[in-house]
Amino acid sequence: MADAIVLIGTRKGLFVARSSDDRHTWSVDPIRFTNLEVSAVAVDMRRDPPRLLAAAGFGHFGWRLAHSDDLGETWVEPEQAPVAFPEDTDTALLRIWQIHPAPASQPDVVYAGVEPHALFRSEDGGVSFELVRGLWEHPHRTTWEPGGGGACLHTVVTDPDDPQRLLVAMSTGGVYRSADGGASWAPANWGIEAAWMPEGQRRIEYGQCVHKVAMHPSRPQRLYAQNHFGVYRSDDGADTWEAIESGLPSNFGFPIVVHPHRADTIYNVPLRADMERIPVDGRFAVYRSEDAGNSWQALSNGLPQDAYYAAVMRDAMCADAADPAGIYVGTRAGEVFASRDDGDTWSAIATHLPDVLTVRAAVIA
Amino acid sequence: MSARLVVPSALRESAGGAREVAVEGATVGDVLDDLARRMPMLERRIRDERGLLRPHVLVFVDGVMVRSQDDMNTPVRDGTEVHVAPAVSGG
Repeated sequence: MADAIVLIGTRKGLFVARSSDDRHTWSVDPIRFTNLEVSAVAVDMRRDPPRLLAAAGFGHFGWRLAHSDDLGETWVEPEQAPVAFPEDTDTALLRIWQIHPAPASQPDVVYAGVEPHALFRSEDGGVSFELVRGLWEHPHRTTWEPGGGGACLHTVVTDPDDPQRLLVAMSTGGVYRSADGGASWAPANWGIEAAWMPEGQRRIEYGQCVHKVAMHPSRPQRLYAQNHFGVYRSDDGADTWEAIESGLPSNFGFPIVVHPHRADTIYNVPLRADMERIPVDGRFAVYRSEDAGNSWQALSNGLPQDAYYAAVMRDAMCADAADPAGIYVGTRAGEVFASRDDGDTWSAIATHLPDVLTVRAAVIA
Repeated sequence: MSARLVVPSALRESAGGAREVAVEGATVGDVLDDLARRMPMLERRIRDERGLLRPHVLVFVDGVMVRSQDDMNTPVRDGTEVHVAPAVSGG
């Protein structure tokens, strides 16, 4: 029988949901990191047992990045700051937005995306990190504007076949990629419209407000992006992007997730654009495409049927890697729903939590 | 000089549960530098990696609030109380 774990980062603390019956029923541990904003979590499946990582903000007192090697029973925060800007940058960490374990071929490498726009790399499993200078020193950096959530590098994507190939997404720098392990970077946004620009000026090299990018591990040239305006697919490793929003009730949203076993199956949660940011018509639904974005289907069986006005944040939807796969979505109303049939039916696994910022799930053999 | 750094309840977890920490230095800046060597986790709750006081953290030296970088030159005597407190920010 599989053991499954879901890390739920909320505005007021961390919750760990556990299942010991192959994800049919769940229990939720008591709150940890009480009153801290848990902005990023990760389950590092390259270790046995898996290492859990969580970034949490103290408000007044800065940020912490802790890890657990006993599946969340105890957590360790290193004595030396895990993520800190070097002295010569004259910059202070404002928020940790993303924790991303690298592919299995680099078992100790973990990336962290932070605010202000920067990427950090750990070579000891997330205990200590160093600034990725190649991106920090990019000539575009000083022109990247903050998005509504801040000047955040919120997404890190790695290629399991080529660990030198990295991709990051920033609000509002757009998508940047590296083919040399982070030494050099170039924008990769062709085809993504800057819809807020005047007619005729919407094809820009960078500065798009990308909200999330996802890659399927078996097909690393295939990427999906949920942008502030628009949902896109790339079949050429981000050389070019094409719109795949036809059939969605809105092209605005935050998360986008790829099914772990089918590179053509993706999930998002459209919201009414772009200032309101609530489910379209007050009806909460996850949308799924099984043909790489050519058509979409609303999924709401088991989700709240009454009017629902809570959004889903960019990292509050995820999949585990089991078969059948689990799909998970958490809302700002403090609820987490899960499906173990590709989204056809859903059930609540956690309710009455603070607003959910991030979820990550894993089935542990 | 040996000062007493008074730890607010919100930060005692970062100080191994201690309510006070003994720190050495001739100025409040020196005292915080000494704290960074002895208890780096506690010190980074108070100052960021540039060495600047976090915006919503208050530090009092024998009852007088210090804030600016110039204030970090405030002298410390034996027995001085360096009191750290979270600001009542946010209402």
